[in-house]
Amino acid sequence: MIDRTQVLHVARLARLQLSDEEVGRMSTELSSILGHIETLAALDLSAVEPTAHVVPGAGRLRADEVRPSLPREVAFENAPDVADDGFRVPSPQA
Amino acid sequence: MSPVSDYEIVIGLEIHVQLKTRTKMFCGCELTFGEPPNTRVCEVCLALPGSLPVPNAEAIHLGVMIGHALGCEIAPRMKFDRKQYFYPDSPKGYQISQFDEPLCAGGGIGGVRIERVHLEEDAAKTIHAGASGRIHGSASSVVDFNRGGTPLAEIVTEPDIHSAEQAGEFLRLLRTTLRVLGVSDVNMEEGSLRCDANISIRPHGQTELGTKTELKNMNSFRYIEKGITAEVARQAALLDAGERVVQETLHFDPRTEALTSMRSKEEANDYRYFPEPDLVPVPVTAAMIERARAAMPELPAARAARFEEDLELHPDTAKLLAWRSELGDWFEEALAASPDGVSAATAGPLANWTTNELLKRLEGETDPGGSKVTPAALAQLVALVGAKSVTAAGGRQVLEVLIAEGGDPAAIVEAQGLGAVGGEDTLAPVVQEALAANPDIAERLRGGDMKPMGVIIGHVMKATKGRADGGEVTKLVRSQLGL
Amino acid sequence: MSAELTDLTAKAAIDAIAAGDLDAAELFGAYRAAAAADELNAYTWVAEDTPDLGVAADAPLRGVPLAVKDLFCTRGVPSQAGSRILEGYRPPYDATVVAQLAAAGTSLLGKTNQDEFAMGSSNENSGYGPVKNPWDHTRVPGGSSGGSAAAVAAGLAPWALGTDTGGSIRQPAALCGIVGLKPTYGSVSRYGMIAFASSLDQAGPFARTVTDTALLYAHMHGRDERDATSVGRPDEIALPTGERLDGIRLGVPDTLTGEGVEPGVMAAFAAALETARSLGATVEQVALPHADHGLSAYYILAPAEASSNLARFDGVRYGARSEAGDLLSMYTETRHDFFGDEVKRRILIGTYALSSGFYDAYYASAQKVRTLIARDFDAAFAGVDLIVTPTSPGVAFPLGAKTEDPLSMYLNDAFTIPISLAGIPAISLPCGLSEGLPVGLQLAGPAFSENRILEAAHALERAFAFENTPSRIGGGAAA
Repeated sequence: MIDRTQVLHVARLARLQLSDEEVGRMSTELSSILGHIETLAALDLSAVEPTAHVVPGAGRLRADEVRPSLPREVAFENAPDVADDGFRVPSPQA
Repeated sequence: MSPVSDYEIVIGLEIHVQLKTRTKMFCGCELTFGEPPNTRVCEVCLALPGSLPVPNAEAIHLGVMIGHALGCEIAPRMKFDRKQYFYPDSPKGYQISQFDEPLCAGGGIGGVRIERVHLEEDAAKTIHAGASGRIHGSASSVVDFNRGGTPLAEIVTEPDIHSAEQAGEFLRLLRTTLRVLGVSDVNMEEGSLRCDANISIRPHGQTELGTKTELKNMNSFRYIEKGITAEVARQAALLDAGERVVQETLHFDPRTEALTSMRSKEEANDYRYFPEPDLVPVPVTAAMIERARAAMPELPAARAARFEEDLELHPDTAKLLAWRSELGDWFEEALAASPDGVSAATAGPLANWTTNELLKRLEGETDPGGSKVTPAALAQLVALVGAKSVTAAGGRQVLEVLIAEGGDPAAIVEAQGLGAVGGEDTLAPVVQEALAANPDIAERLRGGDMKPMGVIIGHVMKATKGRADGGEVTKLVRSQLGL
Repeated sequence: MSAELTDLTAKAAIDAIAAGDLDAAELFGAYRAAAAADELNAYTWVAEDTPDLGVAADAPLRGVPLAVKDLFCTRGVPSQAGSRILEGYRPPYDATVVAQLAAAGTSLLGKTNQDEFAMGSSNENSGYGPVKNPWDHTRVPGGSSGGSAAAVAAGLAPWALGTDTGGSIRQPAALCGIVGLKPTYGSVSRYGMIAFASSLDQAGPFARTVTDTALLYAHMHGRDERDATSVGRPDEIALPTGERLDGIRLGVPDTLTGEGVEPGVMAAFAAALETARSLGATVEQVALPHADHGLSAYYILAPAEASSNLARFDGVRYGARSEAGDLLSMYTETRHDFFGDEVKRRILIGTYALSSGFYDAYYASAQKVRTLIARDFDAAFAGVDLIVTPTSPGVAFPLGAKTEDPLSMYLNDAFTIPISLAGIPAISLPCGLSEGLPVGLQLAGPAFSENRILEAAHALERAFAFENTPSRIGGGAAA
């Protein structure tokens, strides 16, 4: 079960504003999904190694070689707000 | 209020070091050296949708070298994790770091144990624009991603440090070690070396640790020492008053020496670490470890030991020379140029002249390399003094000239007539004159009271402008008085 | 004339162009006209002009048009991943697979609609409206690669790129009556594919025939220096020629009892197995004891990775932004205003599963279940060559039928998800009809067994003789 307080906590961690209605709906929907997921608790997994990557043979390093950077105007092309040669954001303090 | 000494101070340090690779940790953008903002960026370090990281092999190589230098165990594989937090300087919303399997673990240096060394990527730079850019009546910031993605090694110590001075001494040794390794510029003002301190205090004898606070972003060794001192005093005052220390992150302002609490970026710091799914762990092979070992230069701690054992220098002098690598290099160059050859007999006086006489006169300079005195010149001067061609006092005068003008010590002695006044012919008449001028002293000496010998020596020194050797003067006095 | 051209398979078109019987520009023009008249909402962007096909003339794929799921970055062309947060976003670079296929001679026809950030099984989670199934415009095409599947089925593209995280190629291929391949994880570069769940996402081809599917995949795979999770194949992909299944051992999971599966789908599946036997295959049961837990593990792992992968959509460097007076509000409002419901749901589940105190119970456990499922498949493939299931438990369902119940939507992927968790390849090919709608057959094999899968699928395709020529099924272009 995941109640409204937990939904709000998780939403804050995820930087997601939710309306009152959304908090209620998410609480119900998430509880139903997590309820299904709870079936995992029945398995004895103590001796099992976790798998993070399925395919053997992958993994590599990169030689320390310079590749061209993007021209600044290209870097700014999709930016919502550009000022003083940088990406502008509101300050942390309101 | 009870003094701070009632408490045991417990300090652990977290040091971030920017690694000296050519390119960033996970992309091929060249590292920035003050380029215009946002000109060293690409889809990876701007976290454009779809881009993926690939680790820089050289950063891992430098990380393994640090591990060797600090005597750490090297992990069998390079595994990365995501550390998640939202801030404009973190374009992906997470930092690629290492959580449960750091590249290096254990080890120690300068009596401080190392908990771990792990690799991660640096954050971008947020410049608070202040009033110039106001949105809806509030201030704004501007983000420059040039620095974002620079390889970092985070070095975490065990809480083995017990004073501000010890913290400073440890950091100086660490900085020199990293500089000698060539893995970083280790420049605090430029931010290539940054230090946070975890500080707690507890009454002597108490076994459990006190509540710690984190002192962040101090950008010079002096401020670190001052900041720690201030924070220890603050905690002591709280405990004395029966209050509690609250776990928090503090900022030390070196101008006002005030400590201010910083609001945390993420309440409760729930970083939600999990294995980076975009990066498969890569084995750290025996070849990689060996390559790093082969690249290791002599480190300050080993150099100090060599100075102590082979050259029989005093431990403090050995440390002083070895922990400042430029000074150590200068000294060794001088030693190699010594006309009397390299031996404990030549090294001792030369070390003394380097650290006491020369450094003292260089007014805060720690590297004689920037002065007009060449290593060979000092070596010659010390040899002249050793051969008694010049007295110690005369030697100091020569040194003043060398510092002011440079040049050849023998030529300066010659030109300024600073050669030692010695030998029966020249010195005996001066001694005779001194005894004649002080009959009562002569009488006391003759009677076996050697205490006023200094008066005669002083007289002779004055007459010879310091060019006489005190030992020789004493010998002449004794022979002239028939003692 | 146009309908004739857009009925051609890609292979037939390439052969005709190579023989000088067909002009690549004419083919592109026919598809461009069809795509521009799209009534299915399959495309979110269509090329305005016929590109210069001179360079492609000698390349192996001869300038044949390609539809690309909007999840792939295409340089200078909108790449919105079905999300309003990326509305109008034009990347400065091409995804590796897009660049590879351009080099092989395909020409970009358009970008296809999809569920937002590939999260969905019906294409109803798109920020740009749902896609209609060309077989029945009141039904969903499946998802998340619904636009690609619908476009190929309707003759609005000869073939297309999709991505599959838990079934997002195979399920829409099944629901639209075409072929879709989810390759071995890592065999196709993910560079430039907007990430949903990094450890599961894999690009793959859609086409109307097994041969076209093989041909497109043959030019997609390869180890990429920019994707540290990519791997090289041990073999090249050959165009399949198989007509028989002699000696092939097919395994049916013992958990497939028919429960939760539509009777018409089970009937088509049973008939497909009968056909396989008639071609010389043997069919037996295999045990996949942990496959039932796949869905649970998947709905922890995929949202957890997604919650992290989607943190970069913060309104700072690109994408939509809600103006606010302070940083925190800018973040929370931007993400509230421009993410859809399903994305929010998965971000919340994923954040919860990774949050302090829950990691071991959820994320770590799910990774362990993943280990068990991969072992199950390893053991199963010791006894059989391929595992067969229906691709989806049902045929295309009506638009809106499952949007109110996320869990029932998730259950659509019960047969495809365990395969994704194991990282192994699987194909879906149409095997028959139920209620007049296509039913897909899923064939899965061990890692890198794509050639084996394609050969078997080719033999079955001939035997099924499933009619999916666009002009015969009605299609989606305005007449």
